[in-house]
Amino acid sequence: MIWDLHCHLNGIPGRTPDEKMARLIEVADRMQIERLVLFMGAPFLIAPTPEQFREQNDQVLQAISHWHHRAFGFVYLNPEYEQESLQELDRCVKDGPMTGIKLWVAKRCDIASVDAIVRRAIELKAIIYQHTWLKTTGNLEGESTPADLHALASRHPEASIICGHTGGNWELGIRTIRDLPHVSVDLGGGDPTAGLVEMAVRELGASRVLYGSDVAGRSFASQLGKVTAAEITPEEKQMILGQNLRRLMSPILQAKGVRL
Amino acid sequence: MIIDVNVSLSRWPNRRLPLDETPKLAAALKQNGVSQAWAGTFDGLLHNDLAAANKWLVDQCRSVDEKLLLPIGAINLSLPAWEEDVRRCYELHGMKGVRLLPGYHDYTLEDPRFRQLLSLLAEKHMLLQIAVRQEDPRTQHRLLMTKDVDLKPLLTLLSDFPNLPVILLNAVSSSAVELHGQLAAAGKVYFDIATLEGLAGLERQVQSLPSERLLFGSHSPFFAFDSAKLKLQESELPAPRREQITHLNAVKILSDL
Ligand SMILES: [Zn+2]
Repeated sequence: MIWDLHCHLNGIPGRTPDEKMARLIEVADRMQIERLVLFMGAPFLIAPTPEQFREQNDQVLQAISHWHHRAFGFVYLNPEYEQESLQELDRCVKDGPMTGIKLWVAKRCDIASVDAIVRRAIELKAIIYQHTWLKTTGNLEGESTPADLHALASRHPEASIICGHTGGNWELGIRTIRDLPHVSVDLGGGDPTAGLVEMAVRELGASRVLYGSDVAGRSFASQLGKVTAAEITPEEKQMILGQNLRRLMSPILQAKGVRL
Repeated sequence: MIIDVNVSLSRWPNRRLPLDETPKLAAALKQNGVSQAWAGTFDGLLHNDLAAANKWLVDQCRSVDEKLLLPIGAINLSLPAWEEDVRRCYELHGMKGVRLLPGYHDYTLEDPRFRQLLSLLAEKHMLLQIAVRQEDPRTQHRLLMTKDVDLKPLLTLLSDFPNLPVILLNAVSSSAVELHGQLAAAGKVYFDIATLEGLAGLERQVQSLPSERLLFGSHSPFFAFDSAKLKLQESELPAPRREQITHLNAVKILSDL
């Protein structure tokens, strides 16, 4: 069972979200990927206005509308706009089908409005996916580091938080968030560097490690290959490839009455 | 059948890799259906005694699996008497080609020594590999930062060396699509798929580069081998094209030398 935590419509050929989604599913089928989590629309917007993130979320809602048996959506928010983000969270998660939140690089996650979003997410049982990178070449102004995420997550032990890209520089990312059992790591969106999965499993335990691809910027292949080639047990691979994400999502799916 | 043109032996400078011991790497390659791997050495990145590094590489290939591992010597054009390393690779070790790692050796392809090397290789009927990158600059060690190799100067040189195979390793990405097409048109320039990304990336790649110029390369053991292998599953290619990429193009490069 493979569930992909991290997919985008951006970069997929197609004139509409429906066309892009059909292509995404076609390729996912070749890789035996059963379920996909989608967030953000096309094009990528680093600092979307409320109007823009609503439009981007509409694209995802449209894309998953015919694929509820295959795909989930996370709502894209910009913490620069706290009230509008909280309203959008309600629209897409409380009153809509989405199951998590995506925070990208508009603002670093150490600001107060992110705490407000996380508190609401906890009430809704929504998963919080925060992009993190620690770039040797220098981060974007609003780009969170694993340390920023650690500070946020430390204040919210009851939240379910995912450290995006395992911090990019994963040896540092893993060490940074190791002591927070409610923080999982997303393996996706970086080169298929050997040793990443082994270290993550060794330091965090397989239950905190999640397969995600970051298609269409990445391929399914390069990201699945990290897991399939890793020197870990078959049981650990199963957890990483799908079981962990299913477990993390089960509280909100149950609350929504979604049966798997 | 797979010929993997992008493999390295020895140790990555700042990390132990699961397959950085030759017998273990060789076993994994075989298990994945690789019948031949063109193996350079990570020692080529930072060692100055490349004669010793290349001798070690040849000894490793011979002692572990001579049929599987085809040694590709490291050359650093910034070193004194680099021509002697080329001579030894050819005469002493019988190598089919050499690999450049310009990002770690502080010269550009505009350097006159690069043209000299092309002449030497053309004369000896050897192939050239240029590693455009080894690692994403964003994850490099802060004290070992290096940029991708600028390939533009190669474009003007190729017409003088129409028969020299030039294999660009870890070059493929969404940027530089236009330049890569020009390079492929200007000479016998090939690209490996180790850094190819995108949804069904190979299907997209064969639209901008002819499949005659694509080679299977994994960048093992730095990358997980399965990454390259699964790209063949993610894209639907007609069997003849797919076989060009997995091994036929590589076989032809060697037989045409
Ligand atoms: Zn992403």
